[in-house]
Order: sequence, then C-alpha cells, then structure tokens
Amino acid sequence: MAKLNLNRTEMPRQKPEVRAKNYNEVALGYSREQALAEAERCIQCPKHPCKAGCPVQVDIPEFILALRDNNMEEAVRILKSKNALPGVCGRVCPQETQCEEVCTLAKKGGQVAIGRLERYVADWEREHMGVVPVKPAQPSGWKVAVVGSGPAGLTAAADLAKMGHAVTIFEALHVAGGVLMYGIPEFRLPKDIVQGEVDYVASLGVEIKLDSVVGKLITIDEVLKNGYDAVFLGTGAGLPMFLGCPGENLNGIYSANEFLTRVNLMKAYQFPEYDTPVRIGRRVAVIGGGNVAMDSARCALRLGAEKVYIIYRRSEAEMPARREEVENAKEEGIIFKLLTNPKQFIGDEQNNVCQMECHEMELGEPDESGRRRPIVKEGSEFKIDIDVAIVALGTTPNPLIASTTPGLETGNRGTVVADEETGQTKKKKVWAGGDIVTGAATVISAMGAGKRAAADIDKCLRNG
Amino acid sequence: MYKILKREDLTPNIHLYKFEAPEVARKAKPGQFVVIRIDERGERIPLTVADWDEKEGSVTVVCMEVGTTTRRLATLGTGDAIADFVGPLGNPTEIEKFGTVCCVAGGFAVAVVMPIARALKHTGNRVISILGARNKDLLFWEDELRRVSDELIVTTDDGSYGRKGLVTEPLKELLEGNDKADRVIAIGPSIMMKFCALTTKPFEVKTIVSLNPIMVDGTGMCGCCRVSVGGVTRFACVDGPDFDGHQVDWDLLLARQKTYLDEEKASLEKWQCQCEEKSKPRGKN
Repeated sequence: MAKLNLNRTEMPRQKPEVRAKNYNEVALGYSREQALAEAERCIQCPKHPCKAGCPVQVDIPEFILALRDNNMEEAVRILKSKNALPGVCGRVCPQETQCEEVCTLAKKGGQVAIGRLERYVADWEREHMGVVPVKPAQPSGWKVAVVGSGPAGLTAAADLAKMGHAVTIFEALHVAGGVLMYGIPEFRLPKDIVQGEVDYVASLGVEIKLDSVVGKLITIDEVLKNGYDAVFLGTGAGLPMFLGCPGENLNGIYSANEFLTRVNLMKAYQFPEYDTPVRIGRRVAVIGGGNVAMDSARCALRLGAEKVYIIYRRSEAEMPARREEVENAKEEGIIFKLLTNPKQFIGDEQNNVCQMECHEMELGEPDESGRRRPIVKEGSEFKIDIDVAIVALGTTPNPLIASTTPGLETGNRGTVVADEETGQTKKKKVWAGGDIVTGAATVISAMGAGKRAAADIDKCLRNG
Repeated sequence: MYKILKREDLTPNIHLYKFEAPEVARKAKPGQFVVIRIDERGERIPLTVADWDEKEGSVTVVCMEVGTTTRRLATLGTGDAIADFVGPLGNPTEIEKFGTVCCVAGGFAVAVVMPIARALKHTGNRVISILGARNKDLLFWEDELRRVSDELIVTTDDGSYGRKGLVTEPLKELLEGNDKADRVIAIGPSIMMKFCALTTKPFEVKTIVSLNPIMVDGTGMCGCCRVSVGGVTRFACVDGPDFDGHQVDWDLLLARQKTYLDEEKASLEKWQCQCEEKSKPRGKN
C-alpha cells in the first residue's frame, strides 16, 4: 500500500495586493497536475464517510477515482448525477464542516481537498464539453411549479425534470440564480459560472419565467388552479434585518442585500457604463461577522474604499463566516474591529452618515446559540468616521408568499413550516425548502432540501 | 422583452407608454406600480401604473424625462421593446365608499390619480379633483380627470391656465367650506405631498399619499426605499407605496431621494455625450 500523503495541494490564488483592486476570481483553480496530485491522495477508503457528510450525497470517492483515471467525462457524469451546480458548490460550499471534515484523512490533518477537486471537474466540463444536451426523460405527465431560482429551486427543478416532470420556475428578478447572482460577489463566484449552471438546468427542459413575482403577479392557489400538480417554494430569506438604532436611515447606510444587489446584480462596479450607482466613499463600516459581511467588505475595498472595517460584537472565535473568507479579508487589508457594536449613526447637514458611535463589548455566558453572549461595556463609547455603513446582520424570509397563501403555516421569524425530511408544508400540494424554511443558511443545505423535496414530490405524484 | 404597443407625447417631455404585459394587466389595481429595466445596462426604476386593459393585455405608464432611464426610455417608440417589466407591485390604493374624496394631482401624477379617481367614483364617492402644474404647457388629461370627477379645479403656478397658485390653496378652501372632504388623496412630487399633508392636518382629514423613494428590486429585498411613518421604518415597496401623509417623515424622504444626485448628474452627462457623439456626422479618415 502506498504511503499516506497528508499534504493538501494548495490552490493558487491571486495575490492580495493585486486582487484587492480587481473583480476577478480570487481562487484560480487547480491545474491538471495539481488536480491529479490531490486526487492521488484519496485512499478510496471502504467507509467513504465523505458521502454522508455531503448534503446532496455526491459519490465523492467515485468521481475522484474517475478523475485520477483520467476519465473526465465519467467524473462529470458522477458529479452531476447528484449535484446540478458543481461549479457553484466547488466554490462556495463550506467543505471544511461537511465532506472534508469527516474525510478519513482528516483525523491526521490531511483531509482531501474535495471542494477544489469538485471545482476542477466542473470547470473542466465547462471548458471541454459546454452544455451537453441531456436525453429528455420519459414525460410523467405531471406539472410542477418551482418558486425561486436560487440553489434550492434550481436543484429541485433539475431533479424533478430528470424524473420526467414538466417544471416551470417562477423568478422575481430579471435573472435566474437568486442569491448566487445578486448576493455572492463575482470575485468569489463568477456570474458566468452561475449562468452556465442555470443554462444546464434549463437544458433539462425546465422553463424559467423571469420577472414573475409570486404573491403579486400570481398566487400559489392560482398556480395550482392553472394545472400544476405540485409547488415547491424555494424563495430563500430575502428580507434584510436592520439594527434598529438611531440614525440608521441616513443616506449612505445600506443593507448588505441592497449593497450587494447594486454591485453584483446591477453591476454598479461598472458605473457609469451600467446605469445603477452605488455610494462608496473613503471609509466603510460593515456590521456583522458572517460571509455576507466579508463579501460586502471585500466588495467595498474593490470599489476603491481606503479603509474598510468589519464591526462585530463578539470575538473572532464566534464569527459565523468561513475561516477561509475571514483570512482572505484580512490578507486584503480589511480592518477587524471585534467586540464592538454600533450605538448610533451620526449624519451631516445633508443627512449623509459621517460617524458611527460604538460600544465596546465583552463576552458573558453562552446564549441559546451556544456562543458567548456579548454584553455592553458601560462607558466605553467611541466614534469612528465613516462615509458608508453596510448592515449585514442576516435576513429573514420575505412574507410575500406566506401572506398570500392561505393554509401555509409560518413559524419563527416568518419561516414556512415544512417537514425537514420531505419538505411537505401544512398546505396540500405545496413543498418548501432552503432558507425559507430554515432562515438564512448555506447554499448546499438549501440544495439538499431542494433535492429531498423533489424526491418526495415525485413519490407523492406517482403514488397518487 | 416587453413591447411598447403605443407611445404618446403628452407634453414635450412627458410621455405615455403602453406596454404589452398581459399577466400584469390581469392583476393591476389603482395605486400599484411596476419596475422596469430598459436593457442589460439599465437601472431598475419604479413607475406607478396609469392604466391597464386586461382584454388588450396592456399596461400603461406615464413618465417625465428626468434622469438617464427616463431619457433613454424617451428614445423608444411604438414597436420598440424593453428588457423587463415587473409587477404589479406594492399595495393597491384603498378604495371604499368614503363619502367625499378630494384627489389632488401634482404634475404628471395626474396619470396615476386617474385610475384612483375613477375607482372611487365607481364605488359611489363624490370626487372633487384638484389638478396642478407649473404652467399650461405641462398640463394634460384635464378632460379625462373631469370625466371621473364631480368637480375639477385646475391650478398653475404661473397663472397661465386655470387658477394661479398652488394646489394647497383650493384644498384648504375646500376643507374650510361646507363641502368637507372625508378623505384626501394627494399624489405628486414629494414636496407637494408634504404640503398637502400639512394643509389637511389641522382639519384632521385622513390624507393618503403615494411615496416615491428610490427603489431597486421593489419586492422588499433591499430596503433602499425605507421611509419613516409614525416613527416606524417601513419599506415603501411592500408596506406602501400609500401611507398616511400625516405620519410620514417628509424631511427624511426628501433627503434620501437626493442620495445619488452626483451620480445621477454624472450618468446623465455621460449619456448626453454619447447622444451627441452618435448624432455627429462621421468624418473621413
């Protein structure tokens, strides 16, 4: 037996001083040699715990074996049989807490870089195969409507189409992809990669209706009346939360949703070539410690801000952002102000934000989230000069659908109540999955929910 | 793509566009809006609906040339098409039998007051309308509005037509007179709506205004359109656009509308340069 190799193959990245000034992808992907070297490290262990660590159960050892054997088309086939969006997942999945965390080699600190290999295979397909026409499935005769074209919706739609159902996606925005398009920035997830995966889903026969706001243009009951046999709700968590502190409506204070939508979806970074502007200024404060906060801060830097702060009320250990993204942000020069919380925003005579007053915080006993509760240090107020603030505190589901769909039960913070395994809601013929059910979570957990719901919809339709 | 079935110039820089949008036409109600985007590079802007025809499958909007988007739109004519037309968004205006309702329209907002006045009239209200504009040349749809009103008062700032002065003057007289209004609906530029609300406040007549902050998605996703109403932050796109005018923080609205003044200027200048460039005769090299 070959000796265990515990050295993970590094993936080349743009240098921090270069990438902080451009919108190109930060991580550059493996070369063929690097991918093969990394694939060699997989010991093809019989228990393959990685598969169970993947919310969509990709046959990980199998695709790595095919890659190692230089059978790329087979690697693509294996990967895509479970995952319709491998180019996305290879880039934004938190593999370190999923497949890679449970890799047999992880115990020795040398877990296989599964995410990077997934990305390599997906990119190889894009480069060498393009969108391959898929043999149409035997039509089942059933029609399924999918609301929202983010990770949950695209996954559910792809699986349902492969099962032979006629699928229509209703998307409110002018492009499909949801958070993958409006939220995650170009330098972390290039939009042509997302578009490629949307095109793949469409190539399965899925009809995508853009500019269609369900709850306004058409209600769920009307969708069902129009001949759809089932509806899957994958509308995510699109409603931004604000701090609720004084001065929050001053000019120059954005929700992360607005800031990222302007920059990513509307391409404000190319203003005035594109018509949508975004204000940036010299000093930007981003409030929050998640991936969205990191994305916002790094976008602000690329738009030319001189100083970008992350303002987070707990310490680095409690930050919900991926380690990798925190490191990327630090390397690029983002300034972390931890154990700090805004008290109020102060504006100038034109109503523009010019200062933020903060409290210092300290950590007390763990709260219900298991993280230590931040407590205000009395008398610790201080001010920071800022031109723009971006509030990245998280999002909750948009009430538009719940409020226009009688019979749909809602729970905590506007989430829709659905069975975790099947996605069934309390309303007949309606399934839901992803952030609309769980509140803001990850791309891959939404995809897992889309997949489980698709399987259950198929089962229910066929069993009558 | 959404085709322009008809374009009509109501004044030299106020235009009517009738779009082919059958699904929106089926659902539209008075007071709702659509978000449009002209093309790939375009901005998303909200426009309140002026009319719709379910049979024809059309939705009509009216807008004035102000910024880049409305000027770019003005280069399009019947038969052209735009990339996106999303709606109907926002909550419809509350239409009930209130008694006497005074509809105040400032400038080109007469187009959005029209369907509201019509619906109020059909519901059995006595409708008194006040139509105001800066001058005679900016007035349109006087006859149309008169047709759905029991009474119509026209004002111009410069006195070039109708009564000289602002819409708030006849509004105040109406509230002071015997013909007391049970509700006022005031739609127009923010500053006009602010002063209408201030005028009606002492009379304690419920005054509904349609707020027009900057928006991006129009579905509650971004919070750009946040306004303060009764001390609470609301999103105009999903909680409005209609609000109680007496509760609105007008200064905040007016200030937030100016967020991108510099950028709007830069964008417009760039667009105008491009237009001049295009209209120049090609030189020989």
